[in-house]
Amino acid sequence: MSPLLEVRDLKTQFATRNGPLKAVDGVSFTLAEGEIIGLVGESGSGKSVTGFSLLGLVDPPGRITGGSVKLMGREIVGLPPSDLRKIRGREISMVFQDPSATLNPVLTIGMQMRLALEAHERIGEAAARERSAAVLARVGIPDAARRLDAHPHQFSGGMRQRVAIAIALLNRPRLIICDEPTTALDVSIQAQILTEMRSLAEESRTAMIWISHDLATVSSIASRLLVMYAGRIIEEGPVAAVLRQPRHPYTAGLLASLPARAEPGTDLVQIPGSTPSLFDLPPGCAFQPRCSYRTTECGVMPDFMTVGTGRSHRCHHPLGERPA
Amino acid sequence: MLGFMIQRLLQALVVMLVISALVFIGVYAVGNPIDVLISPDATQQIREEAIRAYGLDQPLWKQYLDFLARLLSGDFGRSFIYNMPVLDLIASRIPATLELTLVAVLGATLLGVPLGMYAGYRPDSLLAKVIMTVSIFGFSVPTFWIGLVLIFTFAVQLGWLPAGNRGETAMLFGVEWSLLTANGWKHLLLPALNLSLFKFAMMVRLARAGTRETMLSDTVRFARAAGESEFTILRRHVLRLISIPIVTVFGLEFGSTMAFAVVTETIFSWPGVGKLIIDSISSLDRPVMVAYLMLVAFFFIVINLLVDLSYAALDPRLRTRRAT
Repeated sequence: MSPLLEVRDLKTQFATRNGPLKAVDGVSFTLAEGEIIGLVGESGSGKSVTGFSLLGLVDPPGRITGGSVKLMGREIVGLPPSDLRKIRGREISMVFQDPSATLNPVLTIGMQMRLALEAHERIGEAAARERSAAVLARVGIPDAARRLDAHPHQFSGGMRQRVAIAIALLNRPRLIICDEPTTALDVSIQAQILTEMRSLAEESRTAMIWISHDLATVSSIASRLLVMYAGRIIEEGPVAAVLRQPRHPYTAGLLASLPARAEPGTDLVQIPGSTPSLFDLPPGCAFQPRCSYRTTECGVMPDFMTVGTGRSHRCHHPLGERPA
Repeated sequence: MLGFMIQRLLQALVVMLVISALVFIGVYAVGNPIDVLISPDATQQIREEAIRAYGLDQPLWKQYLDFLARLLSGDFGRSFIYNMPVLDLIASRIPATLELTLVAVLGATLLGVPLGMYAGYRPDSLLAKVIMTVSIFGFSVPTFWIGLVLIFTFAVQLGWLPAGNRGETAMLFGVEWSLLTANGWKHLLLPALNLSLFKFAMMVRLARAGTRETMLSDTVRFARAAGESEFTILRRHVLRLISIPIVTVFGLEFGSTMAFAVVTETIFSWPGVGKLIIDSISSLDRPVMVAYLMLVAFFFIVINLLVDLSYAALDPRLRTRRAT
């Protein structure tokens, strides 16, 4: 059986005055039906652009310059806009970080849900309300039928994000791309939404790509982890295994800098240096200027090396293989 | 809400009082109406009788207080020139200006907003550049010059349309309207076009700026991610989001065109209030000036009130704030 989503060597670039900016530079991964993967990286690592590329929603001057995205075996890179539009919302939908920016402040929730439904089918007003209320109830909005007439500002932040999630779920997509949907929320609400999203995904066999800079959040929902750095995936594997034994020095650095892992009273561990500008990346491994294991070999980007079951990394000097 | 309306009406009263006082003083400073009203070779006796008849022998403050006293019984005074109550005089001229304004402002909005939205949606297209060039033209070329060019082209050279006056009218609600006859429309077209060009340019700019900004927002991105078509996004989301500045400018333009379509009405000999006020200024017909400018102030306050009320209709976030 072919996987739900198969991404091969995806490249997305932005034309700028200083030449092309390679926001996504050869990303490959696959996603099975109902699977939840986490896509982790710092800001600017290309994780959000990867998400938008999957939907064909890269804003100009950006565009997908190469690679392939197959959804259930069907190539969607290069599809005409009208075909891409039909895929959005119905096959793949997306939830964004800040629900107060994504929901239209001047339209009722019911109207926004109706527009999302009408994008894919002819549906009467009564039927649209019924479907919308049912989905709102499913994401945990009390008194859903009445709340359809409310406007976004009449909801709390957490409830607003639930509404956005309901809109993304409305047409029963097979894949939801979640671009940091809990980052703007209180920690307690974050946990609630994470739990609910996971059970929603399980119930409906919806796959998810959970994009975040927050390893802790991602690891509580995803089963597999992709770590991105400077437009490339540099490590991939089951969440538990990656957390227990990171292979790439960058992943190890990210983990070490988690506050939860620090000894109380000590400074947080930092990765030395800062995220490189995508305009002047060193040849080979982009992380090498910040890496303490760097050698001349690192001037050539290594291919993916598979270690163990379902784990791979792109590093000449993976951790855990060196004698300690 | 009621308190809000009462507050606005009180505000209107104060503004109208201030205006009337300013006009009284202003006209007094400009010159003596009697010099215009009476033939220079009239005898001293006739002259003094006339001065007394118009109440001009009284000190200015006394004249003003008398005016206010008459005002309480709804009497704005009689025109020096036309020798009829100024309210009747103004009322007889308003329909001509009203229909001219309606056609010009509505036309400019209905055409300018969609074209401006297109120019904001596809800023690099050829059509967008043409639209923006026309709007720069509309902003920068003086009204009187365009009026003369229109007359020269369409009335003198081509002979398609009349050069001035109101043409045939038909009665509706006891008022004469040009809008109801084909000949009336022919007469209306050139002055309305002349008046609307500047407003069209303004609407184009507003709609374009708003659309450009809104198209980059997460609201639009989220609607796209749900699979909504570009047309739906522009019509249902963007138009609503940019409507507040458009309604504001619509109101202000409507008011100022009603009040001061002076240049156009003069060029096209359109018998509206703009022509009336310019005639009354040159003949120092103080009662007309005072009453007219007070009406204009009142008119603007009513328009601003309507604009404010429409904000609440357009943006639900303003509704709750006012209710508290």
